[in-house]
This record gives sequence, C-alpha cells and structure tokens, in this order.
Amino acid sequence: MKKKLISGPYLAWMLIFSILPLFLVVWYALTAESEGERVFTLAHLSRVFEPIYLRVIWRSLRLALISTAFCFLLGYPVALILTSRHFKRHTILVVLVVLPMWMNFLARTYAWLTLLEKNGLINHILAFLHLPAMNILYTDAAVILGMVYNFLPFMILPIYSTLYKIDHSLIEAAEDLGATPLTTFRRVIFPQSLAGVLSGVIMVFMPAVTTFVISRLLGGGQYTLIGNMIEQQFLTTYDWGFGSALSLFLMALLLITGSVLMRSRGEEGGLW
Amino acid sequence: MKKNRIFCVLLIAAALLAAGCGQNNAGEAETIIVYNWGDYIDQSVLRDFEQEFGIRVIYEEFDTNESMYAKLKAGGTAYDVAFPSDYMIKRLIDEGGLEKINFKNIPNYSLIGDRFKNLPYDPQNEYSVPYFWGTVGILYNKTMVDEPVDSWGILWKEKYAKEIFMLDSQRDAIGLTLKWLGYSLNSKSDAELAMAQAKLVEQMPLVQAYVGDEVKDKMIAGEGALAVVWSGDALNMMLENEDLDFALPQEGTNIWVDAMVIPSTSEHKEAAEKFINFMCRTEVAARNCEYINYSTPHTEVLSGLPEEITADNRFYPGEDDLSNSEVFDDLAAMLPLYDRIWTEVKAEYQ
Repeated sequence: MKKKLISGPYLAWMLIFSILPLFLVVWYALTAESEGERVFTLAHLSRVFEPIYLRVIWRSLRLALISTAFCFLLGYPVALILTSRHFKRHTILVVLVVLPMWMNFLARTYAWLTLLEKNGLINHILAFLHLPAMNILYTDAAVILGMVYNFLPFMILPIYSTLYKIDHSLIEAAEDLGATPLTTFRRVIFPQSLAGVLSGVIMVFMPAVTTFVISRLLGGGQYTLIGNMIEQQFLTTYDWGFGSALSLFLMALLLITGSVLMRSRGEEGGLW
Repeated sequence: MKKNRIFCVLLIAAALLAAGCGQNNAGEAETIIVYNWGDYIDQSVLRDFEQEFGIRVIYEEFDTNESMYAKLKAGGTAYDVAFPSDYMIKRLIDEGGLEKINFKNIPNYSLIGDRFKNLPYDPQNEYSVPYFWGTVGILYNKTMVDEPVDSWGILWKEKYAKEIFMLDSQRDAIGLTLKWLGYSLNSKSDAELAMAQAKLVEQMPLVQAYVGDEVKDKMIAGEGALAVVWSGDALNMMLENEDLDFALPQEGTNIWVDAMVIPSTSEHKEAAEKFINFMCRTEVAARNCEYINYSTPHTEVLSGLPEEITADNRFYPGEDDLSNSEVFDDLAAMLPLYDRIWTEVKAEYQ
C-alpha cells in the first residue's frame, strides 16, 4: 500500500503527460473534421504510406543508423580508455565527456552552423594551412556530424558503466591462460559489455531518428527528416491529423525496433 | 478499493494542476503578451511602455505567418497583441479570431497614411493598425553576380547553384514562382499550381538553404550570391555590406502590410489598445523605423526620413511602380492545396 502511495505522483505525471497526449495523437490521427464533427478516417494514415513520405522516413532511418554506427565506433574506444587500468585520470575524462551536456543543445548546434560556413572558422583554418576548403554545411555530412556530436555521450556513458562493472579477475584469468589482448577483448570484455552497447544504440538511435532541430539548422530548411515533417504539420500547415499519423507511425517503428533490441539483449543492466 | 484510491490521487493532482494554471497573479502589475516577428522592434520601446503605463510586457517572436497562426489556433497562450500580415489578418477575421479594435483608444491612428487604410484584408478598418509594409525582392552580391538582376528567373540559373537562399515561407516561395510563370500569386488554378510545384522541385538542387532570419547573417558574410528577402531586410543588409544590392523583379512581386491586431483570446483588451496606440506615437514609431529600416506607413515618421531613402522606389515604391504587383489574398478553400504543395516540395529533397 505504502509503495503504491509513493508511486502516486509518478502515476499522475505519466497519466497527464504521457498517456493523455498519446491518446490525443491517436485521436487526431484517426479522425478528420467533417461538417463540424470529427469522424473516423484512415486518410491520414494512408497518406503516410505514399512514396514521397516513405522516402523521407527511409532517409531519417538511414541517417540515424549511420550516426549510431559512428557513435559506436567513436564511443566504444573512449569507454575502454575510461575504464583502462593504465589510465589514471578517469574523472577528468568523464567530466570532459559530460561537460558539453551542461550547455544548451541548441546553442551548441548553432555553433556548428557558423563553424561550418563557407567563410567560417574551420575554412579559415584550412586556408591558413593551405588545405582545400570544405563545404559540408547543408549536406548529409553536416547533419550526421551534428547528430554524432550531440549524441556521443549517450553512447559512451552506458558502455562505460557496464565496462566499469566487469569483474577484473575474469580479465586476469584470461590473460593468465594465455589469451592475447585481442582475444581477451573479443571473448571476455566485449560480450560482457553488450548490454551497455545496446542501451547506447537505443539512446542514440531514438533521438537521432526523431530530431528536427539538427536537420533544420545544419540541413538548411530543405532538409526534411520525419521530425521536420511532423513539426511542419503542427507549426506551419496546421494539419494535426497528418502530423499525428506520422507521429503514430514513428512511434510504432520505434517500439518495434526497441523491443527487438531489448529482446536480443536478454540480460539486465545498463540504463534500460 | 486500492485502485479507487490511486484514481482519487490522480484526480486531485489533475485538479490542482488545472487550478494552478488558471490562477490569476492578483496584486501584480497587469501583463500583456505581445507576439511579433523575430527582430522586428527596437526592444527599448517595450521598457518605455512598461514604465509609462505600469503594464508588464511579455514579448514573444515568430518566424512565419503560418507558425503564428498555428500557435494562436492551438490556444495555450492568451496573446493580447499580434503582428500578422495582410492575408493572415483576413483569415483570422473570417474565422472570428480577432477582436474589433476600439479606435477611440487609438488616436494616433490618424497618423497612418491613407494609402494603408481600407485595404482589402480589413476593408472597414475595424481590426488592424498597420505597422510596417514592403515588398519581396532579390538581394544579390555584386561580386558574384555580374548580370542585371531583373527577373525571378535568375533564381533558376544553374550558374548560381548552391549560391541561392530561398525564403522558408510557403506563400512567398510559391507566390514568387507563380509570378515568374506569369500567373497571379493568389492563383487558384490546379494546373498553374502544379507547374509552380514542379518549378520549385526543379530549383531545389540549386538552393543552398531555405532560411528565415538567418539569411541576414549569411548574406552579410558573403555566404551566397542571391537571396529572396523582404525589402526592409534588404536595406539593412546593404547598410552592413556594400557589395549587396537589391532589385524588384519586372514580373511584379508581393506587396505586404504587417499590422497590429488583438486576437480574440486577449484578456486585456484596453491594455492592448494602449500598447497599439503607443506604438503609433511618432517618437516610438520613428525609433522602431530607425532600428528595423522597413518602410513605414506612418506619415510623420516618413517625412522625417532622409530623402535618399524615401525617394528610392525599391524601398518606397509608388503606386505606379507596383502596377503588376499583388497583395496576398486569403486562400480559404485553396489553402490545403498550398499546404500540400509545400509539404511535398520539402519532402522531395534528395
């Protein structure tokens, strides 16, 4: 009974800010205004499956996957270094990983906008070093860079927390039994960190596939991901029905990928 | 029983929350919420208004008429003064979204030029007080463009690939394309609109970005050769960078008027009227004009401006200069088609 009482505020919070809005999304997605009344319709949902919008969804998935892969490739070694016995300055590095997150996400993304400009800081430095200028602003590369930059800590931290918990005697045992460092990593360390990797993948993939700010700022307005598409329906064209249908589709997609990933993990641990 | 109790807790929580939202901040100064375009006021006039009238101003900004409309429609915030453009004012009037202004409380309205009264969007002058007006044209960088700029067609030239900034605004982007094709920017013909859509899709690979206010930083920094901008912004950018110049295409363009209105959600109509009247005071309007550099409809401010600006028919075009230009109409029943075209153009990006 006491436990239930304590969970009361949380339940209320969930009801008001998660369940109710979710219900509204479903409601708007499945109804349309007709002669002053809202009537059931599948028109919004069927519009989601028109090729032009499926292309947008595919582009969002592709970019999110690429960004997640980059985050993994960059993040895993960092997490390894953080937990390495030979590395003595863990706290400083952890602070360095977390520090950017103290600043506003929007402000940091805006900074890239000016850094990447044709006459921006990066090109000035490249010119000074007599290197060719790069023009990646408003392209896939800029959007992926923005995603990796913003979401990398969400990959590093869960991996770090699982690596940190690995029993060192297992690694020592592997070494004693003559395993090379690579074999130790492959057979002992990596399998035990899998839970953290999956948490990291989920935590990077979800915000990456739904972002609209990064694609808006670094992709330049023409760069439409599903997040932008949804934003546009609510903020510009005032078509809440279609916007809700897109959101519903996206939620279904995320739930499916999420549950597949969670099931394949099986073990507990990490942040999920 | 247990379940019931949880339900009660939830109900009470919801009730408290609702009560909290509806609470009035009694004892505090009256507050009005003003909703204006981004970077479209000399912010110091807000402080002066607060001091003089003892009314607190919460100032919020929007970037397109459409986003302003969506926010007004969604409710949530009870805006007291908003600054939409002509066609959006018409739409709001038709949908009952605006309060009639009591012009007895706006004596300074007499200072607004007659040319800006009785316009089609508010034919009886009941709902709106003009703030600034202007046109849409092409800003270009003389070091990158060496041909005369006199047609919208230049925005489709391969030569300027990735050097073009388009306005990220539905009506403007579709409208100028229609103008270039020789149609009305209020076209209601499916065939004409389909052609405009095809042209916009064709143009997309040449466009560096679809932008709002960012265009100012970009063009001043020389990041592009051509940009579709509002006339007032053009003047500002030319003052910042001498290489920039501005042209109104010969096919004609859009003439717009941004005006102050009182949304029907307003809870402080008299305070809102005081604010509107204050904004029309010559000294205040002059400060705004000096800061924003847009074309003013205010007769006394206009007569105080330097001759070289008021004589420039790109920034103060006479009625003859605008013979083939048009004001945006509210599209009413055609609007969903425009929305769809814009959504599809944006989705087309490869």
